[in-house]
Amino acid sequence: MIRVALPQHLRTLARVDGDVELDVDGPVTLGAVLDALERRYPVLEGAIRDHATRRRRAFVRFFACETDFSHEPPETPLPPAVAAGAEPLLIVGALAGG
Amino acid sequence: MSGVRVLVGTRKGAFILTADGARRTWDVSGPHFGGWEMYHLKGSPADPNRIYASQSSGWFGQIIQRSSDGGKTWEVPGGETMPQPDDPPRTGSNKFVYDTSADTGKPLTTHQWYDGTQHPWEFKRVWHLEPSVSDPDTVYAGVEDAALFRSTDGCRSWHELAGLRGHGSGPQWAPGAGGLCLHTILLDPTNRDRMFLAISAAGAFRTDDGGTTWTAINRGLRSQHIPDPTAEVGHCVHRLAMHRSRPNVLFMQKHWDVMRSDDAGGSWHEVSGNLPSDFGFVIDVHAHEPETVYVVPITSDSEHYPPDGKLRVYRSRSGGNDWEALTNGLPQRDCYVNVLRDAMSVDGLDPCGVYFGTTGGQVYGSADAGDSWAPIVRDLPAVLSVEVQTLT
Repeated sequence: MIRVALPQHLRTLARVDGDVELDVDGPVTLGAVLDALERRYPVLEGAIRDHATRRRRAFVRFFACETDFSHEPPETPLPPAVAAGAEPLLIVGALAGG
Repeated sequence: MSGVRVLVGTRKGAFILTADGARRTWDVSGPHFGGWEMYHLKGSPADPNRIYASQSSGWFGQIIQRSSDGGKTWEVPGGETMPQPDDPPRTGSNKFVYDTSADTGKPLTTHQWYDGTQHPWEFKRVWHLEPSVSDPDTVYAGVEDAALFRSTDGCRSWHELAGLRGHGSGPQWAPGAGGLCLHTILLDPTNRDRMFLAISAAGAFRTDDGGTTWTAINRGLRSQHIPDPTAEVGHCVHRLAMHRSRPNVLFMQKHWDVMRSDDAGGSWHEVSGNLPSDFGFVIDVHAHEPETVYVVPITSDSEHYPPDGKLRVYRSRSGGNDWEALTNGLPQRDCYVNVLRDAMSVDGLDPCGVYFGTTGGQVYGSADAGDSWAPIVRDLPAVLSVEVQTLT
């Protein structure tokens, strides 16, 4: 079971409290977790990655185990602690604006 | 018992203001979608309990919300949580993808950027939602970068009416200060194949075949800020308005100039008359008097606040040229708010109610066609849009 921590606005949008728990088939990569998240919560499609390009939205960042995965390609494996469900993948809204 | 429901979009959420037909005591609900930019909310003329809302964020993009109970509860059409992890994927809700098909081809154009270079179309947000007059599940969306989309399934899916960008003049369209936005959609209530729209800064357009092909309707406009002041396109039209009983007569608040057309946009003439400034954003028409028009003059294109610090609505009872200042109940000193293009609306009661919202967070209402005004709310976030539903 993979855990994903969403920013507050996306929790509200997906109507979830706390971390999201997901099953991911195959290797636990950044792209596979995001695919599973959007499949379970279609409302998040386009809110994290652009609908057309599938690229990360500019003001969204990905962190796990104190490592920045924001600029890594989708096939990047996430740390074993994330794959084991001990640590969450953090999806974070960049600090900007007012 | 009649009543009104005022739908207010702000920079930080949506608010719904309701009153009975007297329009003296108001109930305020909200913020709905707190923290999000709510560019526009509008109810279906065919089913007043059906309301659509454009919710957007620089972080998380565009969301379309839908209510089927008059704004008490909301859902994202097509965005329901999947009960099982291996359920088949849904068609993407909130998905606005420009038509790039080989068949249409022409939408593969670029538009003009601020510096005059060409720039590809990039979807940013929905500025305006216009539900069909007859079908609650059909909605038009005006978006930035300027294009027109239509949903026929209650906003679960969207398809571009690509003939607009296929008009061929796209490379001459340029963004205004607010972006290259399609902000006005007027549906002709007597002719389902005809609609009007406006784009900043491209101008006004009309279709007579349900959106397949479009004609630029800007003859008579004069804009000093473009190389050819009378060009076919490139005009910064801020807003169009019509009276439903007379859809061939259009009123326009352009960047500068208040304009009128008596031939469905075939030609325009200026009706700014005695206004203290003919720069502004909003324009609307009285619900029962097709020649009674309202505007809110703004000082200039670089000073987006009322002249002399006095918030004045101007009313013409003659279709333009002769304007009277309406000041009763509005601040007449030290007022430096703006009234944005989608932030004025009228109700259908008698006397006609008129409403507008400001960037200072006030929503003013008049239950006597503008003779007197009172704030319904004073301290909302900056108001982006105001729409009114008349409930019977």
